[in-house]
Amino acid sequence: MATTAIPKPGAITMVEAIRQAMVEEMERDASVVAIGEDIGVYGGAFKVTDGMLAKFGRERVIETPIAETAIIGAACGMSFLGLRPVCEMQFIDFIACCFNQVTNFVAKSHYLWDAPVPIVIRGPSGGGVHGGPFHSANPEMYFVHTPGLKVIYPSTPSDAKGLLKSAIRDNNPVLFFEHKFLYRRLKEEMPSGDYLVPIGKAAVRREGRALTIISYAAMVHTAMEAAEELAKEGIEAEVIDLRTLLPLDKETILASVKKTNKLLIVHEDTRTGGIAGEIAAIVCENAFEDLDGPIERVTALDTPVPYSPPLEEHFLPNTAKVVAAARNLAKY
Amino acid sequence: MATKVEAISERERGMSEPLKREQYLDLYYYMQLNRQLEERMVRLFRQNKIVGGLYSSLGQEAVSVGTCFALEKRDWIAPMIRNIGALLVKGVPPRDIFTQHMAKYTSPTKGKDGTSHFGDLKVRHIVSPISMLGDLIPVMTGVAMAGRYLGQNIVALTWIGDGGSSTGAFHEGLGLAAAQKAPFVLIVENNQWAYSTPVSRQVPVKNLADRAVAYGIANTIVDGNNVVEVYSATKNAVSECRAGRGPHLIEVKTMRMRGHAQHDPAEYVPKEMFEYWKARDPILLYEKYLTENKIWDEKTKSEIDARIERELDVEQKFAEDSPMPPPEFAEEGVYCDERCHKIEADWKRAKTEVMPPKSSFDPGWKLEDLGRLGEIPTAKEVAGSGGNGAKSNAIPRAGSGLPAQSFVNVPGQRQAPQPAAQAEVAEPVEPRIPFGRGPKDKAFRESPDNPQNKSYGRGAQNKSFRKGSPEKSFNKGGQNKSFAKNPPGKNFSKGPQDKSGRR
Repeated sequence: MATTAIPKPGAITMVEAIRQAMVEEMERDASVVAIGEDIGVYGGAFKVTDGMLAKFGRERVIETPIAETAIIGAACGMSFLGLRPVCEMQFIDFIACCFNQVTNFVAKSHYLWDAPVPIVIRGPSGGGVHGGPFHSANPEMYFVHTPGLKVIYPSTPSDAKGLLKSAIRDNNPVLFFEHKFLYRRLKEEMPSGDYLVPIGKAAVRREGRALTIISYAAMVHTAMEAAEELAKEGIEAEVIDLRTLLPLDKETILASVKKTNKLLIVHEDTRTGGIAGEIAAIVCENAFEDLDGPIERVTALDTPVPYSPPLEEHFLPNTAKVVAAARNLAKY
Repeated sequence: MATKVEAISERERGMSEPLKREQYLDLYYYMQLNRQLEERMVRLFRQNKIVGGLYSSLGQEAVSVGTCFALEKRDWIAPMIRNIGALLVKGVPPRDIFTQHMAKYTSPTKGKDGTSHFGDLKVRHIVSPISMLGDLIPVMTGVAMAGRYLGQNIVALTWIGDGGSSTGAFHEGLGLAAAQKAPFVLIVENNQWAYSTPVSRQVPVKNLADRAVAYGIANTIVDGNNVVEVYSATKNAVSECRAGRGPHLIEVKTMRMRGHAQHDPAEYVPKEMFEYWKARDPILLYEKYLTENKIWDEKTKSEIDARIERELDVEQKFAEDSPMPPPEFAEEGVYCDERCHKIEADWKRAKTEVMPPKSSFDPGWKLEDLGRLGEIPTAKEVAGSGGNGAKSNAIPRAGSGLPAQSFVNVPGQRQAPQPAAQAEVAEPVEPRIPFGRGPKDKAFRESPDNPQNKSYGRGAQNKSFRKGSPEKSFNKGGQNKSFAKNPPGKNFSKGPQDKSGRR
């Protein structure tokens, strides 16, 4: 198993990496267009599309009314004529406004009537920035439960770039979650050339034999911090970054569990119905004999994301919670 | 019961491009094909050969056929459940409709979906509907926008019922189409009933077309049972769209002559209403029109009718003899990969117009982009005009409750504009002082009348609270600085609030 280390600080942020991916794809292929609210003159709420209107003009950077259903519907219609629209949700929480378009129109088109919908729906997600209950959500599991979609949730700038470029070229509707906590806190040098990261492949961020910690998005960094702490106690944890939630990389998960025999799953999403439950089921079905202890999970609470900092910090998983769960699991 | 056939409207005399004799006969062929196909499906339904529901368009054939007949081959449609006639006009063979309803492996969706839920991207340019109403409107807006971007000069057209015109997707889609001036035609098929709910109980406007005014788009109202009028109104709307004048909404007034679906006997519809509309049956009206205008004779009619029977016999037999899908087929086709589709746009303009990207574009807003600064429109202007220079059907009227939707109010009898209601002279009201915030008036601020001075003002207490605020520890203070110093990627416990753009 190859290790992909957490990248060193350097060149550009995740926001810039995402912009680079979009610009490169739009320069490469005239069928790629951007659509969303305030993505033009203003450059997007988080400035992801900054400068793109000047570069590509109004035909390719399409500003819309505040109407998420119209954005996804129009993108879907454009894709029927062979375009590849990249839709921005100003905050991914607002994808709830176009849930029907995404789950009933976009996701089912290819299965039902052989009509591919090559669109990307991207937007800032996740908590830790005190955005409150409507600007901090992790709604990925609604869509992981929807056959026909692909769901990506990267943890590093280079993955964000490589996966977004792959998503734009994919023939299927891809939901691309961008953790806003990571937008400007990480910097990384981009690999040169036309850099693509395959969809559906997890990355092993750290190797170890004592237990496996599976996570994705911002929590990968929490898991890595926890692994460093644990290493001081002689517990060498293996950390897996899922990167893609649908389709799930079962091979990497099972190979790691068969090696370490213990599994801890960490996610920022709420507990009930989170991906941890699905992973636990997959491991029980395929590697039950290999387990030396119970499958543990550290997740957010089963509540909406609260606003006030002490409340949100209590709601979210953190390094101490991961270390405690891992220590407990290591005792088996 | 003797059925009295009313005279057909002569509005189509103003048609810019009169139809040829074959086209007049085609209109009849498609309407009758639509009806006979559905009659056969009712029989199949009663024989339990149709798997799911069966939705009838009896009485609405002129809408589907007349609208779609106005399109060209390159144009796109997205039919609703009662638009089987439009599918036929687009060239879909009746066997596709039989096999879809019978869930056969030979159907366009190979048994994965039923009814008219199927499409054809490559040849006939048909987008499949979903059961949720209104969603086709933004989707077809996107089709229209993409067609314009690719230089295809197409028009996208879809239908929505009176019921579906209340959905959010209807309004979001129409708003975007209007903002984009998309070449998009929306047929609002007012068949008087949303399942069991009459229009008057859903929509407090007299004409559904009035909604177009709110979006600043052109609109027309036509008699949906007069196929020539439906055709010519659509033809006009389509050419306006193709000329780049933005979307067009056409309200067609018609009547659903059966229940919502086969299971629904529609006992809630007053008998008189059925009788009224039965006398206005679109096929009977059109037969009379063809005879009176000497476009056909008895012999031509019986030849067309016989041809329809012959064709449907073959198509129905094909469907009945077709196999059901193999069970494992359910597992296929969730994802599209490179092997199943090569997705390529059909460029009808030079790609060099957009590639390489233009870089000299100045993206800022100019004052002249922002409308009529300093010109506040008067109430009168607001009532009478659509923003796009669109033709308006708005009729200012007294706002006394819900105007009753009368089924006898067919087009051609539109009311003359009525004077707007006299604005009532409002009693002067004391300005309300919002809780906790008084006017910026020093005398008031200090007066005992100011509610803030009573118990919860911003007094000394307040100041001391601000100074000793525990909130400070959560603010963008020292943490922020230390964070900035930390190597990026290290500190994930707490950082500056990324508030930019929060709405």
